[in-house]
Amino acid sequence: MSPSIRHNLIATALPDFRNLGVWLRVLLGVNLLGLLWVVARNGDWHLLPGEFVDIALWLEPPLFVLLPLLHLLSTRLAELPPRLGKLTVMCLALLVAGAQHLAFSFSFLIAETSLARALFWAALTTGVMLVYFALRSALYSPALAEARLLALTARIRPHFLYNSLNAVLGVMRRDPRRAETALEELSDLFRVLMKENRELVQLSDEIGLARQYLELEKLRLGERLRIDWQIDACPPDTLMPPLMLQPLLENAVYYGIEPSEMPATITVSVGTQGKRVRIAIANPTPAGTGAIHVGTQGRGNQMALANIRERLMLFYDLEADLSVLERDGSYTVTVDLPLRRRDQA
Amino acid sequence: MKPLRILIVDDEAPARARLRDLLSDLAASLPHEIVAEAADGMAALEACETHAPDVVLTDIRMPRMDGLELAQHLGRLPRVPGLIFVTAFDRYAVKAFELAALDYLLKPIRAVRLAAALEKARHSSLRSEQLQILAPQGRSVLRSTERGRSLLVPVADILFLRAEQKYVTAHTREREYLLEESLNQLEQEFGEIFVRAHRNCLVARKAIAGYERGQHAIGDGEEGSEAQWLLLLHDVSEKIPVSRRQWPTVKALIKA
Repeated sequence: MSPSIRHNLIATALPDFRNLGVWLRVLLGVNLLGLLWVVARNGDWHLLPGEFVDIALWLEPPLFVLLPLLHLLSTRLAELPPRLGKLTVMCLALLVAGAQHLAFSFSFLIAETSLARALFWAALTTGVMLVYFALRSALYSPALAEARLLALTARIRPHFLYNSLNAVLGVMRRDPRRAETALEELSDLFRVLMKENRELVQLSDEIGLARQYLELEKLRLGERLRIDWQIDACPPDTLMPPLMLQPLLENAVYYGIEPSEMPATITVSVGTQGKRVRIAIANPTPAGTGAIHVGTQGRGNQMALANIRERLMLFYDLEADLSVLERDGSYTVTVDLPLRRRDQA
Repeated sequence: MKPLRILIVDDEAPARARLRDLLSDLAASLPHEIVAEAADGMAALEACETHAPDVVLTDIRMPRMDGLELAQHLGRLPRVPGLIFVTAFDRYAVKAFELAALDYLLKPIRAVRLAAALEKARHSSLRSEQLQILAPQGRSVLRSTERGRSLLVPVADILFLRAEQKYVTAHTREREYLLEESLNQLEQEFGEIFVRAHRNCLVARKAIAGYERGQHAIGDGEEGSEAQWLLLLHDVSEKIPVSRRQWPTVKALIKA
C-alpha cells in the first residue's frame, strides 16, 4: 500500500499486488473467465461442473505461483514505467503458464493442449485482467477519488464550532488564559481540518489532534467528560488515514457524554495485533427523556461511519474494516487497519 | 418598570456564564434579575415553580430533559413564562422554531439580539399550537403535584390512567400519582401508547397481559354496568373492566 491515495492511483497503472482486495479480484476474475469459457464451449449443463473442475486444475496452480511472485516483486514493479510493468507481468504470466504446461506433461495429468495454446490462453487471460485493472483505476480516477476524499474529510459538525466559540466567550472575562489556550487549540484543530487530507498520517499526530479536540470539549463539558486512554505499545510512526479519530470521538461526545446526567467516560484504545492496528472508541449509551434520546446513536453517527468506511475503502481497498458493537449500555466502534509504518511506505 | 425575572437553562457552565455576562452588560437599559440557573430541563421546571420567572432562556440539547420538552411543560404552568431558545446552529431545531413562531438565539450570542429577544418575550407567552409543532411526539414525563411539591412521572412507567372526580390518577407499578389533566387530552396526546378501556380509564397497550370474564359492575351508568370483560395487567393485580363499546377495539389489540 502506498502512503497516499495520489501515489496509489497515478504512478502505478498496475494494481498493488500486496493488497488482498487485488488478489481476490484476480482470483475471481480469472475463474469467471474460465467459467465463461466452459459455458461457451459446452451446451450441456450437466457436464458444466466437471468441466469447470478440469479447467480450474489448469487455472489455479499458476495463479497461486504468480500472485505471491507479484507480491514479492510489487515494489520493483511499481518503480518501472507503467508499460514496462505491464509487459513484465505479462512475461511472468507466460513463464508460469509455460512452466505449468511442462510440469503437467511430465506428471500423471496429461496435457491436452499444446504449449502454444496454453500460452495463448495465459496471455489472453492476463491481458483481460490488466485491462480490467486499468479501467478500474480510470473509473476511480485520481481526480475523482481525490475530490471524493476531500469532500469526505471536510465535514465537522458546525454545532461543535459554534458551541466552542460560545464557551470561549463564556470563560473570556473570568479566565483569559484559558480562553487563549482554547483559541489556540481551536485554530490548530481547524488548520488540520481545512488542510487537504489526502496523505496517510502518523498515529502519534492523530492522537495529538484527538487530545486537542477533547481539551476543547472539556472546556464546555468540564468534569462531565472523562477520557480513558489505553495506548498499548504501538509504534508512533504507524500510519493511518487522517482525521479518523476526531469524528469518532465527536460522535462519542455527542451521543455518550452530552445526554448523560452523570460524568461519563470515553475509552480510547489503540494497539497492534501482529500485522494489524486496532483502534477502538467506546462510549456509554445514556438513557434519558426527550427527542434527542430517541433511538440509538442517530443519523449523524450513521453518516460519520459511512464516511469513514468510504475513506477506508479509498485508502486500503478491502484490507481495512470498521465494526460497531452495541451492548450492555456501551457503544463501541472498532477500526482494524493493516499495520504500515513510515519507513515501509 | 419592574425588573424582568430571568431563568437561565444550559448544561454547559461557560454558556451560562456567557449569558450572565451579556445580561449584566444590558443591565442599564434592561433592568432584570437572574432568579435562578439550571443545568437541565427537570431542574429548570423545579426552578420555575419556586421562582416563577418572566422569561426562560434555554438550551436545546441537555441531559435528563431537553429544551423542547421543557417548553411543553412550561406551557402548562399556571403562569406561563416567555421562552427563548438558545442553540448552536441546528437546522432542524431552527426550522421548528420558525414554524412555531418562537424566538431563538444562535450561539455565540450577541448582546443586541439578546436584548431584542428579551423585549419581545416580555410581551408574549407560549401557545399550545406552538408546542404541538415543536414536539409532535408529546411529552415523555407528566407532572404530578403532591403537597405543594411536584413530581415527574415518566409516561413509559404508567400502566393505566383513571379519571376520578376532579383528578386523573396515573398508576405505575409502585404507586399512584395525581395529575391535573383531563383524560380526553391525555388520550389525544398519547393515543399511540394508551388505549381506552372504558369511559374513565386509559390502559397502556404494552401493560396488557390478557383478559378474563368477570361479573364486575362499575355502576356509573348504563354502559358501565354491562362490563363483563376484565383486563389483566403486567405487574399489578388490579383488573380493569372494559366497556361493551370499547371491547371490540381492545380485543383486536390483544389478538394482534
